[in-house]
Amino acid sequence: MLGYTLKRLLQMIVVLGAVSVIVFLMMSFTGDPVFMVVPIDATEAEIAQARRILGLDRSMPEQYAIFLKGMLQGDFGRSYVFREPALDLILERLPATLEIVVVAMLMSAVVAIPLGVYAGANPGRTESRAIMTGSLVGISLPSFWVGMMLIFLFAVKWNVFPSSGRGDTVEVMGTRWSIFTADGWHHIILPSLTLSLGTMAILLRITRAGMMEVTRQDYMKFARAKGVSRRGVLYGHGLRNALIPVVTIFGLQLGDLIAFATITETIFAWPGLGKLLIDSIYRADRPVIVVYLMLVATIFVVINFLVDILYTWIDPRIRVK
Amino acid sequence: MTAAFLSSEFVHNYRRNPSAIAGSAILVIFAVIVTLGPWLVWQDPYDIASLNLLDSYKPPMWLPGGDAAYPLGTDGQGRDLLAAIFYGTRVSVMIGLTAMAFSCLLGTAAGILAGYYGGVIDSVLMRIADVQLSFPSMLIALFLMSAFGTGVDKVLIALTAVGWVVYARTVRGQTLSEIEKEYVQAARVAGLSDTKIILRHILPNVTTPLIVVATVQVGTFILIEASLSFLGVGVPITQPSLGLLIKNGFDVLFSGLWWTSVFPGLFIMALVFGINLFGDFLRDELNPRLK
Repeated sequence: MLGYTLKRLLQMIVVLGAVSVIVFLMMSFTGDPVFMVVPIDATEAEIAQARRILGLDRSMPEQYAIFLKGMLQGDFGRSYVFREPALDLILERLPATLEIVVVAMLMSAVVAIPLGVYAGANPGRTESRAIMTGSLVGISLPSFWVGMMLIFLFAVKWNVFPSSGRGDTVEVMGTRWSIFTADGWHHIILPSLTLSLGTMAILLRITRAGMMEVTRQDYMKFARAKGVSRRGVLYGHGLRNALIPVVTIFGLQLGDLIAFATITETIFAWPGLGKLLIDSIYRADRPVIVVYLMLVATIFVVINFLVDILYTWIDPRIRVK
Repeated sequence: MTAAFLSSEFVHNYRRNPSAIAGSAILVIFAVIVTLGPWLVWQDPYDIASLNLLDSYKPPMWLPGGDAAYPLGTDGQGRDLLAAIFYGTRVSVMIGLTAMAFSCLLGTAAGILAGYYGGVIDSVLMRIADVQLSFPSMLIALFLMSAFGTGVDKVLIALTAVGWVVYARTVRGQTLSEIEKEYVQAARVAGLSDTKIILRHILPNVTTPLIVVATVQVGTFILIEASLSFLGVGVPITQPSLGLLIKNGFDVLFSGLWWTSVFPGLFIMALVFGINLFGDFLRDELNPRLK
């Protein structure tokens, strides 16, 4: 187990190194950032000076070395637009994104797991077919369109939920959160619901597949024969084993949700990472894009790592391979 | 050949599967829209001369103020929404299919090379795949597009860059198990060149699992393209896809002009739903593990 963990840790570092090279190369293709910094009427000498300050007059490997060194020290440069350290900007927006992602995750789990268990345990029933068709519709929906429809119905037409923004926040442990205020919850429902639909559908399908697999096992029949109630078998014996793949998907979906939050945040004007990213892409604010990419890459790699470790812990058979 | 196909298990199961039939019916309708679209509507929505600004923002025909000439209403330029949707569907479907074809070709080639030759090619390709798979496709596509700028060709490149990995992985695994088999060994002993073995023997035997992946991927690509266009980094405004139509509708949604965004969304949903229904059927049929 320790050897495996160390091996995966090493892999993680290699992947992050590769990502840093890719991010660096991609950023050098996106045009010259010097014009983001200098005024429009800058002279040749001023441009050259700005270039020197930004380190753009050096060779590519040198630039990469500086980039990497800065990054390891937590210095990603300053945003061209806000003139603040890019890392601070990102960290300031991170809680807002985490909020909608976590709430979306909970919403999808609460809906998907019971429905998936039901559909998997009673595959022939009309209700199960309806659940499965519903989940297929969920996968087929463009999430941004769902968000717009929710805004139209709940905000424009019926005026029950606000259409945009984050609502009141309150400071807890040095960060501002909106999930601790009533107004914050009022604002968080629609974006989180939008974000959760895709994950809900996928989670439901995985739970159902796992459940169907598990109901065929001998230990389920044995437990029934021994006199455990049907419900007891399903939830006590079945669900526990069916949930193993669900854990993996849950972990991987968390990453997907952070990515899809870019779209949801744009629609609902939610002041999180995703909105910052889209704004930065429009304004070619390179340092902010770089931090976002590296942060998301790190989150992804760490989640993958944790999922793998958790998986081998839940299911020891994997370790043998 | 035809008779054998019609009496096959595949066709038999298809006839007994209502969702497969529903899925293919949806796909047939969309095939008609894509091939005959411009002849089914009376207006060319991107020919300025045929637009009448006085007809802008007409509601669908069944609402007060609607006009039978514009069944689903019009947008801000007096453009028939149905016509715009038909043209947009063509763009979306074309992008989905072309990007799928490119990904499939590139991924299959990479997968066979990695599986057949192994060694450095294999480790390099598979490490790239590993890194890529640790990011969601949407995010990778978003970054490529933000680096490239808008354009149909750029969307195709971004989607292909995202999509090849699945094929490469699947084909590599299949190739590894095929090259162990006797017929490949026999072909080697008979002195066939690597190229011939790959093209004549391995390729035909590794492609079946790709059919399901390819079908579902068209749907995924259509959704990713729509999201990119919605964010303003997808297709250009001169060639609007369904996603871009929705984005244009979003700008006026708050004024209650719902039809300009509702209908294009319903079309995307129906299209991708049809693809997924049919893909589910194919998965059950072509995956021998489930039988």
